Amino acid sequence: MSAYFKPLPNPSLTSRPFWEAAKRHELKLQRCAECGKFVYYPRDRCPDCFSDRLEWRPVSGRATVYSYTVVYRAATRLFADAPYILAVVELEEGPRLTTNLVASPEAMRVGMPVTVFFDDVTPECTLVKFKPA
Amino acid sequence: MSLKRAAAITGLAELKPLKEPGELTALKLIATVAAQAIEDAGLEKRDLDGLLVGVPFSDPGMLYPAVAAEALGMRPRMLNIVDLGGASAAGMVWRAAAAIEAGMCRAVLCVMADLNRLGEQRPPLVSLHREFELPYGNFGANCGYALIARRHMFEYGTTPAQMAEVAVAQRKNALRNPLALFNDRPLTIEEVLASRLIVDPLHLYEIVSPCSGGAAVVVAAPEIARRGPHPPVWLLGAGEYCDHSTITYAPSLTSSSVKAAAEAAFKMAGAAPRDIDLVCPYDCYTITVIVTLEDAGFCAKGRGGPFVMEHDLSYEGDLPCNTHGGQLSFGQAGLAGGMSHVTEAARQLSGRADARQVKNARLAYVNGNGGIMSEQVSLVLERER
Ligand SMILES: [Zn+2]
Repeated sequence: MSAYFKPLPNPSLTSRPFWEAAKRHELKLQRCAECGKFVYYPRDRCPDCFSDRLEWRPVSGRATVYSYTVVYRAATRLFADAPYILAVVELEEGPRLTTNLVASPEAMRVGMPVTVFFDDVTPECTLVKFKPA
Repeated sequence: MSLKRAAAITGLAELKPLKEPGELTALKLIATVAAQAIEDAGLEKRDLDGLLVGVPFSDPGMLYPAVAAEALGMRPRMLNIVDLGGASAAGMVWRAAAAIEAGMCRAVLCVMADLNRLGEQRPPLVSLHREFELPYGNFGANCGYALIARRHMFEYGTTPAQMAEVAVAQRKNALRNPLALFNDRPLTIEEVLASRLIVDPLHLYEIVSPCSGGAAVVVAAPEIARRGPHPPVWLLGAGEYCDHSTITYAPSLTSSSVKAAAEAAFKMAGAAPRDIDLVCPYDCYTITVIVTLEDAGFCAKGRGGPFVMEHDLSYEGDLPCNTHGGQLSFGQAGLAGGMSHVTEAARQLSGRADARQVKNARLAYVNGNGGIMSEQVSLVLERER
């Protein structure tokens, strides 16, 4: 495996369970025990009802493409290997995520079903990405 | 409490944008444009007792308002940064008026300038963006606006040609603006669509060009405004709203908080979009103008694409839009790009727009937009009656 030079997340006390689950190839999100809503990115309080009773729950990994862009020229040299597909996907459970889609740009459509996969970019870090379902 | 006619823009200045800043510094540009704006207002530096300043990306640092005040030799009774990205300039205008209305000060210098290069210190990213956006290559503004454009195309059938028309119409205005970065030739829709695809579906000519420059306005109390050398441009209404930072987590990619900001501004002004003679919407990208015109109420939601094709957005058209050329043709000198919409509206309403003067312009709508449709500030400005 060649060296990985792109930026990596530096998990916080709040977000560590998310990244630890990803490393085990599981997608887990916080769910608010008061109002039942799923939350992404990890928060300290529910952004809807402000409860601090957020519990980590596995989710399906099924999503649809809410929007996407094929980045031909990135704003940072860290992504000089463009083109890549940056997408916002909407999970079956509700929340939207910023992610990469690994697919042919010609096949991309808003609304298309996609499914999670786990990209072990370094021995320490796994990124959460999506591919056509 | 309302800010309706609580203060007026009495002086304005902007520097001709430069692609290469040479040995200039942001502070030098701030000093230059500040002096011009104060002179334009017919005031002396000692008359200015408020300072609102933007922190330059090229020289970011803490406690910047005092740094700028000291460098300018000002002793303000009210000083602050306004950190709303592209909405900072419009945000400064109502904050200045509020400070004046509250009796804290009487004449506020609102100033920002920047260089088209990074200095020794890089503006830091907040940890959330480093953690959940940067690893996937969601960096800078291009990606976010491309996501908005793609979704707008999906929901409303907006076409690349309709988006391109925004750049084309504003270029026609820039041809009458000697300060604009791009004022040497007109653009066509075909040229815009033939320019390099940077972030699908946005082409090079649909994206602002970074440059070096600066802009400033003086916002003053009514009694000072009425003594100035130019007709005062009154703040009639202001509104501000924010519903996200990263566009991924916004309630919608295509319906923005421009709606809430504009509704508040029009309510305070006692006016409606149909009363407006001139619009100056923030235009970091072509799609930004389409979404802003929709959400501010100039056309129905989703109709922005057909709207820009059906109307003449030039200085001689039925809805003059960004008569300075917009940032797309004028250039974006950091936060000062956002100020260009305020200075242009004030220039038009004080009858000083020369070859691109909109005839009988009485009311202008200005929108400032920060980040990826994040911070929104709408202003309604009025010509002296
Ligand atoms: Zn909740």
